[in-house]
Amino acid sequence: MIELVSAARCVTCDKCVAVCPTNVFDRGPDGVPVISRQQDCQTCFQCEANCPTDALFVAPQTHPLPAESFAHDEEHLRRTGLLGSYRRDIGWGRGRTPGAARAVGPALSPSGPPLIS
Amino acid sequence: MTLELDADVLVVGGGPAATWAALKAAEDGASVVLADKGYCGTSGATASGGTGVWYVPPEPESREKAMASREGLGGYLADRRWMARVLDETYDRVNELAEVARYPFPVGPDGAPLRNGLQGPEYMRRQRIRVRRAGVRILDHSPVTELLTTEDGVVAGAAGHQRQADRAFRVRSGAVVLATGGCAFLSKALGCDVNTGDGALFAAEVGAELSGMEFSNAYGIAPEHTSVTKTAFYNYATFYRADGSVLDGAGSQRGRSVIARTLLASEKVFCKLDRADEAARKAMRLAQPNFFLTFDRLGVDPFTQPFAVTLLAEGTVRGTGGIRIVDDGCATTVPGLYAAGDAATRELICGGFTGGGSHNAAWAMSSGSWSGRAAARFARALGPSAAQRPVRAAGGAGLRPTGATSSVSAAEVVSAVQAEVLPYDKNYLRHGDVLRTALGRLDGTWSAVRSGLRAEGAELVRARQAAAMVAHARWMYTSALARSESRGMAKRLDFPDLDPAQHFRITSGGLDEVWARPQEVAA
Ligand SMILES: Cc1cc2nc3c(=O)[nH]c(=O)nc-3n(C[C@H](O)[C@H](O)[C@H](O)COP(=O)(O)OP(=O)(O)OC[C@H]3O[C@@H](n4cnc5c(N)ncnc54)[C@H](O)[C@@H]3O)c2cc1C
Ligand code: SF4
Ligand code: SF4
Repeated sequence: MIELVSAARCVTCDKCVAVCPTNVFDRGPDGVPVISRQQDCQTCFQCEANCPTDALFVAPQTHPLPAESFAHDEEHLRRTGLLGSYRRDIGWGRGRTPGAARAVGPALSPSGPPLIS
Repeated sequence: MTLELDADVLVVGGGPAATWAALKAAEDGASVVLADKGYCGTSGATASGGTGVWYVPPEPESREKAMASREGLGGYLADRRWMARVLDETYDRVNELAEVARYPFPVGPDGAPLRNGLQGPEYMRRQRIRVRRAGVRILDHSPVTELLTTEDGVVAGAAGHQRQADRAFRVRSGAVVLATGGCAFLSKALGCDVNTGDGALFAAEVGAELSGMEFSNAYGIAPEHTSVTKTAFYNYATFYRADGSVLDGAGSQRGRSVIARTLLASEKVFCKLDRADEAARKAMRLAQPNFFLTFDRLGVDPFTQPFAVTLLAEGTVRGTGGIRIVDDGCATTVPGLYAAGDAATRELICGGFTGGGSHNAAWAMSSGSWSGRAAARFARALGPSAAQRPVRAAGGAGLRPTGATSSVSAAEVVSAVQAEVLPYDKNYLRHGDVLRTALGRLDGTWSAVRSGLRAEGAELVRARQAAAMVAHARWMYTSALARSESRGMAKRLDFPDLDPAQHFRITSGGLDEVWARPQEVAA
């Protein structure tokens, strides 16, 4: 579930508010999005993929995590490279190559083509 | 204040089926409105999951092999003419993605381009851009809640609620394409919580029929307590018991039921992708970055460390049941109404076997394109006055309760449905006695919804989702009971064998009275 919005990184572009398929966020009074309906989060990572400043972190668990969880420790997430890792891996953002162009996976059968998605 | 719009074609949904429908209707000269519950570009199963695509070059031998590959698994309910059409259309549409949409397909080790799959976020981001450039008006965060019909029952638009603007909207149109996806019962399978079977409810309310609803018990493997039901790489897995011994017979393609049985016995099932060599491990990361999100964030190395797994219901998303299609343009039995993608039945190309892995994606592109073109033609034939026809709203359950008091909440209804459709011992390992009991409870839930589920504004959307889920579950179990044999994914513990005498499809429908009946398969 969505666990972190970094007010320090956020540039209040509203992108995450717009793209979240299940309408989890509201724009806060200072423009920084607020997680208003976390129970509706479907853990799809789309908000993260679309945030231009890597200000969001979606934990893989489909239930909310306690306050002391790693998912709320921005410094830890930055150090470990987890913050913004999805956007990096799919190659979104200035100067990056779309991951789709490099997506040559293994073949699932000896005669089959490589998996590319 | 209600937002009022007119269009030749209204497309309901925002995934691949909807975007192809909108594009092809617009290319045909129609004015098009596309209304999505979420955000067109990120919403739906494909946008988050990504898909392998049934992309087969037009060489007779490869095509023959492709068509034969799932015929037996699907219980011989697919139709070769439809398979051939879908293979042709998909080949053209994928090439269009490469040449017109500039989707960055990778190049294989031999230098040849690879076009047999699409990364979800990249594919759907580009579809959104194309739809906008085609002049389609996109309404995001605008779930449709009901259809509009003329006096004589022709579909003439839809109404809904814009949840961010918090206002009602109404689109009057010459034709409507339902591309709302399947129904995964809010199981939190990847990208599927927007897929609550709304389109099937809307269709049934105007008298349309469903088909193949017994093929609705797809379950995807995911690490325990997570969402990513990407399953291809479990082909490299060994499954273990808690004590470290190998779980015999467990597997991804065959042997998922062994996993279900073990989980039902309250035992955990563990997994390691220990059959992948170093080269495969590296390549897997490139092919499916979303698959590894979970492991990297849990701090688990899936190749060397065992992790607990679960099975999440994907209902008719990776099942094949949906709204019945009656012609090559994906018309339903109701004039003015078309269905595409997972909202429609995929039996025509998959029979009773899952459409996941390739067929569903091909179907979404093909049926989307066909329905868009056919809807544009239907609207054009009506002429410019189509939007002036007097209309009435067709929605019932959750919108216009028959009782005077509100006696049940959407959340209660959702829990009640989930209790009957998520458990493996009800929906996956099906037995007639269990299905009958579950169906009895679901009928009771429907009565409660019909008389006492009432909501307004944004809550109306939740009420309609809940109603759609109950309706879906009842068509599923009524159809499953109508098939006293095991065929495709519709397996019955009490009828474990295929019965050649039941080589038919099962059509279903109805709301207060649900029905199911055999339908001959075209020769
Ligand atoms: C994890 C995963 C992996 C998969 N992998 C493959 C694969 O490899 N190959 C394959 O062929 N298939 C695969 N599938 C299946 C495939 O994703 C679907 O068949 C495909 O997404 C269907 O497209 P669609 O447009 O019909 O539905 P979706 O992509 O689900 O889109 C449905 C859209 O309808 C919208 N909507 C819903 N209700 C309403 C409403 N009331 N009003 C307005 N809009 C509404 C939603 O917001 C969404 O935008 C996979 C599925 C999953 C879950
Ligand atoms: S993970 Fe998906 S559902 Fe959750 S907040 Fe982000 S975009 Fe919304
Ligand atoms: S997308 Fe990122 S930068 Fe933009 S509002 Fe959301 S958190 Fe802030």
